[in-house]
Amino acid sequence: MHIITWLARRVGAAAILLWLVATVIFIAIRFIPGDPAEAIMGGPGSQASAEALEAAREQYHLNEPILVQYGLYLGKLATGDLGTSYAQHRPVAQVMAEMLPATLQLTLIALVIAWLIAFVMAAIAARSSRIGQAMGTIIEVIAAAIPHFWLGAMLIIIFSTWLGWLPAVDTGTVQGIILPAVTLAIPLSGFLAQLMRDSLLTAMNSPFALAARARGASEGQVFFRHGFRHAALPALNLTGWAVAASISGAVVVEEVFARPGLGRSLLGAVLSRDMPMVTGIALFSALIYMVVMLVVETIEAFINPAAARGDDQ
Amino acid sequence: MSQAAVEVKNLSVSFPGHGKSVIEAVKNVSFKLTPGKALGIVGESGSGKSVTARALLGLAGGQVTADVLNILGTDARKLPDAQWRELRGGKVAMILQDALNSLDPLRPIHREIADALPLARKARKHAAVEALRRVEMPNPTVRADQRSPQLSGGMRQRALIAQAMIGNPAVVVADEATTALDTRLTRLVLDQLHELTTQGIALAIISHDLAQIAQVADEIIVMRHGEIVEAGLTDQILERPSHDYTKQLLAAVPAGVPRFVPLAREVSQGATPQAGLPRSEASRKATDELAVEVTGLSKTFGDHVAVDDVSLSIGKGATLGLVGESGSGKTTTARMILGLTAPDTGTVHIFGEQFTPAKEIERRALRDRIGAIYQDPLASFDPRYSVSQILINALSQGTTSRARQYRKRAEELLETVELDSSVLSRYPRELSGGQRQRLAIARALAPEPDILILDEPVSALDVSVQATVLDLLDRIQLETATSYLFITHDLAVVEHMSDTIAVMTNGQLVETGIAEQILNHPRHTYTQELMAAAPTWGINRAS
Amino acid sequence: MTRTGKFLAGVFVALIAVAALFPSLLAPGSPLAVHPAEAFESPSLRHPFGTDESGRDIYTRVVHGTADSLTIGLAATGLGMGIAVVLGIITAFAPRWIDSVILRGLEVLYAIPTLLMALIIIAFTGPGTTPAIIAVGLSTAPGYARLIRTHLRTLVNSEMFDAATVLGHSTWRKVRNHLVPNTLTTLLALVTLGIGQAVIWASALSFLGLGTPPPAPEWGAMLASGRTYLHFAWWMTVFPGLAIVTVAAGATLLGRSVTRRST
Repeated sequence: MHIITWLARRVGAAAILLWLVATVIFIAIRFIPGDPAEAIMGGPGSQASAEALEAAREQYHLNEPILVQYGLYLGKLATGDLGTSYAQHRPVAQVMAEMLPATLQLTLIALVIAWLIAFVMAAIAARSSRIGQAMGTIIEVIAAAIPHFWLGAMLIIIFSTWLGWLPAVDTGTVQGIILPAVTLAIPLSGFLAQLMRDSLLTAMNSPFALAARARGASEGQVFFRHGFRHAALPALNLTGWAVAASISGAVVVEEVFARPGLGRSLLGAVLSRDMPMVTGIALFSALIYMVVMLVVETIEAFINPAAARGDDQ
Repeated sequence: MSQAAVEVKNLSVSFPGHGKSVIEAVKNVSFKLTPGKALGIVGESGSGKSVTARALLGLAGGQVTADVLNILGTDARKLPDAQWRELRGGKVAMILQDALNSLDPLRPIHREIADALPLARKARKHAAVEALRRVEMPNPTVRADQRSPQLSGGMRQRALIAQAMIGNPAVVVADEATTALDTRLTRLVLDQLHELTTQGIALAIISHDLAQIAQVADEIIVMRHGEIVEAGLTDQILERPSHDYTKQLLAAVPAGVPRFVPLAREVSQGATPQAGLPRSEASRKATDELAVEVTGLSKTFGDHVAVDDVSLSIGKGATLGLVGESGSGKTTTARMILGLTAPDTGTVHIFGEQFTPAKEIERRALRDRIGAIYQDPLASFDPRYSVSQILINALSQGTTSRARQYRKRAEELLETVELDSSVLSRYPRELSGGQRQRLAIARALAPEPDILILDEPVSALDVSVQATVLDLLDRIQLETATSYLFITHDLAVVEHMSDTIAVMTNGQLVETGIAEQILNHPRHTYTQELMAAAPTWGINRAS
Repeated sequence: MTRTGKFLAGVFVALIAVAALFPSLLAPGSPLAVHPAEAFESPSLRHPFGTDESGRDIYTRVVHGTADSLTIGLAATGLGMGIAVVLGIITAFAPRWIDSVILRGLEVLYAIPTLLMALIIIAFTGPGTTPAIIAVGLSTAPGYARLIRTHLRTLVNSEMFDAATVLGHSTWRKVRNHLVPNTLTTLLALVTLGIGQAVIWASALSFLGLGTPPPAPEWGAMLASGRTYLHFAWWMTVFPGLAIVTVAAGATLLGRSVTRRST
């Protein structure tokens, strides 16, 4: 299959998927108990007048038939308009645009750190003795089992309260992002390292590694020419999942370190039942997932063209 | 005679076993490799032949000791790894078995072939293309940029040979380089290996297949349980073997052995009573009745025509041998006959009754009459079932796997396949390959079928084990007049087992007829090619 | 697993079971008993894990919290797994088009990060223990469903199934003899692995103030209340968190050994 056709089909599939996500969320919102107009006016506690509620319904098209609302909703989505936040009374897209850079910065730095830690852990564990292997497994499992919020708290206690090296609250400086990024990275690196070590070991014990040794390659050469690629492939495959996981983690980490970002905005939106905001962030994270998957598949197609086309001859 | 390229005296290799025990994989093995000559190392699984081969490149692992381990003038007994690396590839090269996994699927093959050469990037690629050209790879410039999954089995094997040859080695070790290859490809690889010796290379060719080794080797050593049991010139080993094990191995080769003549000659004591009995065509209960009748079977997967208009028939108590190379559509045909894959067109009748097309519920009444045995029996057993559970499950039509009333019948089945009833409580994964295949046969016999579809039933077995399984199948056919569809890529096996032979290629049946006629007077060009490529006894070396 | 491994696993499971079922055996006091005079005491012999802002004994609360945290983890995993099994069975056996529709749907849900999905669900239901269970259960279901579908598909297309077909066994017998027993082991492994993750997700929700509210001795809720005093009463955060890590890591190790034994 030609690469352009392949890409076009992938993009088409992603678009359909996004439309489905949007529809699911739209339907779900209709099932929410309580009056959305109340949420707009600041929740049930705000004692808004009937007129004010009616005005809010009018403003947010809540009186239209459901299909018209769905049409309006999709039409706006198509033009990138995510609606107006109930709580902040500002366009959702605008709020998200303000919050996005901080979250993006955090997750990207965390991903890079996670990859580095995972790779080093896998490489060390794969080349050590049986006991070393077992230790590696335990460290990986524990790393993967640490909840972000607790890890964040522990790092704050050690590096901020006791040692005083790093700030506990994000200050917008370089030092400020170290703790949040490491907090986000460690559990992820545990998952990635398990995966990488398995495929690294398989590759290093495979016939093609033996063939490489038989033609005079040193262990280091076998590692970099063969083991590394084979370890990177499944981890790369999981990047979509890893990005999704770090967005999940960002919600907690941003809260722990009092860092502004999409995660904290979502939390706030959930607490105040700000549905347009919730919808916007959910759609956006689905979009990110799909874009990442697309990029990953394209990279894989370059590393392993045969697998991408699904042929084996 | 020129000086030895490799001299090995009393080589032993041991591995740490469970706890403090030590597994001696190779014990006191001695041999020499001479430039321009080929040494064949023959042995079955566990004989230590592959470990011996790897020891010549310092890749045996484990504890290696030897009185002499002289490789091209270097004493390699205590050689540091850095110096081993200088020998490997450049001076001593290895052609590995398992071509599918011996090339990294993520790298273009030109890198796999030439990455050890001390040349610039471009020059390396150029050298790789040249090396591919020398092994007659079609379209070498294009193929050099592809990765192993994009190549056919034959091309992969050629790439592996090119990889071994690129450094102009003085010694080449070929470890099962022809295992799992189709007949024609095997011939080609053997010819290329022979070619190496004419260039003055010292060759060690390791295989479980005596017939293949005999085509190339000047001398042969026979290994068993890590030791050499017999060594000598090829002719001498083939014609006047002195050790019982060698005789047994030779007898086990089915090529040229008439139907129903036992292959497994128990040379030592402990022979099973049936094994030595003379049998003949005459004792057979075959009739003219048709057991299986297949008309016009076709199957297309996507745009790939797997099976194209195949018609065949099997007589009661007779064997039809279905021969073809991998990808020829044999297995798909078998699956359609068994009603596991629905054909696009065509019918299957069993003893005159329609088996396909039919609903599975209608088919079930006939299921008892047809059974199947596969190449890898382990995958066909539920891993949670013990041997007795497997048999009782089959005997009870799947209603139970524990009921005591079937136990006696299960023991009888094991007796039929010459397995001891002590295996009843064990699990298939604990059995040897031969035992597993016997268990598969026992299970298939549970409903007392009239027809068995055997898909490569002995391809994964050692020659001597293969011989006993083939003898068993012969005995069952004589006793019960069961009809066989025997699918294989191995011409020697099909020759020994079949009454009629059907030859398949690219999904089509190109020739069908009486076994003797197909084997001796093939009419279709494909069949002729196939027969010409088959290893022939007594003719050593291509010269 | 080695013998020591088995022994440690046994001790671990027994300890967790006792803590969950008979917490008073390990910690006789009440987890809610308030002693304002003993507030913020650091770990000592009397209070091995220290006390919180109301003088409640953290050790007692961690032990008694096992039941709450585990129940939430178990219930959420049970819910997620139940949905996943139903979807998995439908996708594995239904006609192709139903399979692809459900598969698309699962992909949609899979595209939304787990915690985000849980938060969205809570946005609909409002906070609380039950919503947290539902949220965690629903948001982990798509991942399980995909695993179960693959597993069932592999089994149905296996040579083991073919062999039973050739022997003339009906679909029902094949399902009973091979599919169910072979799937149960896989499910057991998945559930064990899943509980660890569910405990983490559920406590994350409590921590964010969306799950079980304080003063219930649920580990996530304890962490949430400890957060305010992080700088001078570190023990309020350290010990409940350690409990979560122990359960989650222990469950993962157990689940992995089950997986390894079943293959």
